[in-house]
Amino acid sequence: MSDQTSMISARGLRKSFVQRSRKGPGIEFEAVRGIDVDVRRGVAFGFLGPNGAGKSSTMRMICCVSPVSGGELRIFGLDPATHGPEIRSRIGVCPQEDTLDNELNVWENLYVYGRYFGLPRDVVRDRIDELLDFVQLTEKAQAKVDDLSGGMKRRLTIARSLINKPEILILDEPTTGLDPQARHVIWDRLFRLKQQGVTLVLTTHYMDEAEQLADRLVVMDKGVIVAEGSPRELIEQYSTREVAEIRFGVGENEALAPKVEDLAERVEVLPDRLLLYTDDGERALQDVLGRGLRPETTLVRRATLEDVFLRLTGRSLAD
Amino acid sequence: MATPMPLSGALRLVDYWAIVYKRTWKGGVITSFVTPFFYILAMGVLLGDFVTADPAQLDGAPSYLAFIAPGMVAVQAMTIAISETTYPVMGMVKWQRIYYSMIASPLSVGEIVLAQLGFVLVRVLFSCGVFLAVLAPFGVFESVGGTLAALPVQLLIGLAFATPVFAFAAGLDNESAFALIFRLGMIPLTLFSGTFFPIGNLGPVLEAVARVTPLWQGVDLTRMLVLGDVDWVWAAVHVVYLAALAAVGWWLTVRRLTRRLVK
Amino acid sequence: MALVNTAVTTAVARPVRPGEAVGLLVYRNLLSYRRAWFVFATGFLEPVLYLFSIGIGVGRIVHGFEFNGEAIDYRDFVAPGMVAASAMNGALLDATFGFFFKLKYDKLFDQMLATPLTTLDVARGELAWSLLRGGIYSAAFVVVMLLMGLVGSWWAVLVVPAALLIGLAFGAVGMALTTFMRSWQDFEYVTLGMLPMFLFSATFFPVTAYPDWLRWVVECTPLYRGVVLCRELTTGALSWGSAVSVVYLVALGVGGLVVVRRRLDRLLLK
Repeated sequence: MSDQTSMISARGLRKSFVQRSRKGPGIEFEAVRGIDVDVRRGVAFGFLGPNGAGKSSTMRMICCVSPVSGGELRIFGLDPATHGPEIRSRIGVCPQEDTLDNELNVWENLYVYGRYFGLPRDVVRDRIDELLDFVQLTEKAQAKVDDLSGGMKRRLTIARSLINKPEILILDEPTTGLDPQARHVIWDRLFRLKQQGVTLVLTTHYMDEAEQLADRLVVMDKGVIVAEGSPRELIEQYSTREVAEIRFGVGENEALAPKVEDLAERVEVLPDRLLLYTDDGERALQDVLGRGLRPETTLVRRATLEDVFLRLTGRSLAD
Repeated sequence: MATPMPLSGALRLVDYWAIVYKRTWKGGVITSFVTPFFYILAMGVLLGDFVTADPAQLDGAPSYLAFIAPGMVAVQAMTIAISETTYPVMGMVKWQRIYYSMIASPLSVGEIVLAQLGFVLVRVLFSCGVFLAVLAPFGVFESVGGTLAALPVQLLIGLAFATPVFAFAAGLDNESAFALIFRLGMIPLTLFSGTFFPIGNLGPVLEAVARVTPLWQGVDLTRMLVLGDVDWVWAAVHVVYLAALAAVGWWLTVRRLTRRLVK
Repeated sequence: MALVNTAVTTAVARPVRPGEAVGLLVYRNLLSYRRAWFVFATGFLEPVLYLFSIGIGVGRIVHGFEFNGEAIDYRDFVAPGMVAASAMNGALLDATFGFFFKLKYDKLFDQMLATPLTTLDVARGELAWSLLRGGIYSAAFVVVMLLMGLVGSWWAVLVVPAALLIGLAFGAVGMALTTFMRSWQDFEYVTLGMLPMFLFSATFFPVTAYPDWLRWVVECTPLYRGVVLCRELTTGALSWGSAVSVVYLVALGVGGLVVVRRRLDRLLLK
């Protein structure tokens, strides 16, 4: 699906904010500390990282609503500083918090927004029909935004971001705060878009979302990229195939960690459990029991991006 | 009355409202004090120079300033009561949804309403009290006892506006209707209820309309008291009218808020 | 049918021209007001009510008014003041409370900046809407004045553009100030600025009521310039002072708009 056309390219991209305080000089805070990114046409590109990793700042720069502090950023080969409106007319943005117009109904939200892109009226009208159908909101066309559920609002925001037939669709945490069923509906719609060849750029702190949607991923932490690759590659490179999770009584996990240390390639101590990284989880578990240890619960599972992240940053994504 | 006065529960809400008051009193203090003061200065003092000072044309007041001063005090009581029961109530129902957290405790709707009305009355008491105190040195009050009696009357006026508006706000979905309360209610009342000019100037039909408005009832009562020229029959009518309005408003408020919160 | 479908697939999104953008923002506001038409419709009432109350009710006990050296009925004196004051009130309410809500709570402008619209488009569009609304109210008020026989000159036709100028000046400056506001508490200052201007800018009594030094201060305030301009137009007593007022109001409007644009860049494009 992907070809070699570069849609987004960043070299040494930086973003810093000066936090002004009432007294004394402002404190400079670097949200993005020099990242290199290449997004090619047709891929689904994910930025994975915990809150505060610099994902949203990067997104805002790509959307041309945040001036670049350093390095170079090109979208469609254009500079956001000089071609903001041109770039924005070719991208779709689904922001982290819904910015729907509460004073307008569902249909009007799409209509007014579509007109901001300089599209003729009849074109916008036709596209609204198409998009409402696509996000399954046709019956809600005349509903007030306030009356929609969280999942519906999200779908409306996605429909809105597609009104200009964008070449790149940017999704900042598209399913945060939604229930599992609503998330699956959105993933399904995004997957269809991907199949239609739309370039997707998404941020998330859910590893399952990244695994579902992204062809390529960068893992960000504290403003830098700590790893890059496909979900499969990242897991292969930074984790073992399987993980055995064992849980001892409250407060005992850390104390017992040294006793199982040699049974796996690597052991992570979490507050409530121990993670044994090994290619054969069942075997490791047998060894643990063989030593006379009696964990309260045990679980063997395949490694996920969560484990990659833990390995790379020493923290779990939810922190 | 449908609900017994739920005093003990309302007292448990005193701390909540005390914290709200501590946080917000500064915000209101300038406007609620400066607004009537500016009106007094502009209309009473400066425009007053151009007004014939004839008590016969001013419902018995010796000067235009003395005429509008009691009216402005009553307007102040109304304004505070209405502004405290419009957006703040909408916020408690819809935006911050504080009522829902209150109703999740053992408190009843009646107790919640009573406590909030108590808060509104404290606001009215303070700002009308300060206002009366500031006006006194201008020599616009003829009767000391009457002026003191005017203060509890302001509470009654405040209540007569607070409960009906509270009832209206409690069942409202969209705040844009508040614009109507202000534009079709508060502003015309302020302008035509014998505050800036005697309602006799309105002509017989409109004068009769003005007499039925709760603000005129309050203005007339306040004016009688501070001028020390009380017609006791009329005074009793005013008090009963305002008290009845407050009671009906109370009943409606509890009913509508219950319907909104307890589904 | 086929033609339409071709258009759907071939129409390409593009940056909109400034005039187009203003039209779109006005359209959006119009749509949003459709559900609150009564709020729109009752908007013009306030100055009319003031005119009836102060101009006529109080007017019956007021005597001895002069404007530009000639005796004038109190209602003729108050009416043009109300046009100007309501132009200010309307513009400021939109530019302060309304604009703040859209900026901080509704995140409306964040949404717009995800499209090809720019911060300057946003500033111009919001101001244009506010002026359109103010213009409609002013026109309605002039009709009321005409019906009541309060218009003494053909110049009164220009009261509507004069009211638009007042709206431009206060709208732009108000929006500029709003961009500095942190919370609703700060709106206390808006009220503190508006109310004295409304009451003391020769709206209800002439500036001769003040001592000389204070009179100079009042004559420099923007609302005073607007009130006097409107009064000169309805009475037909134009002077060079009228031109000064016009220039003054235009300068405020343009200056305000420049600040708004800069501040929006700082606030929304960070």
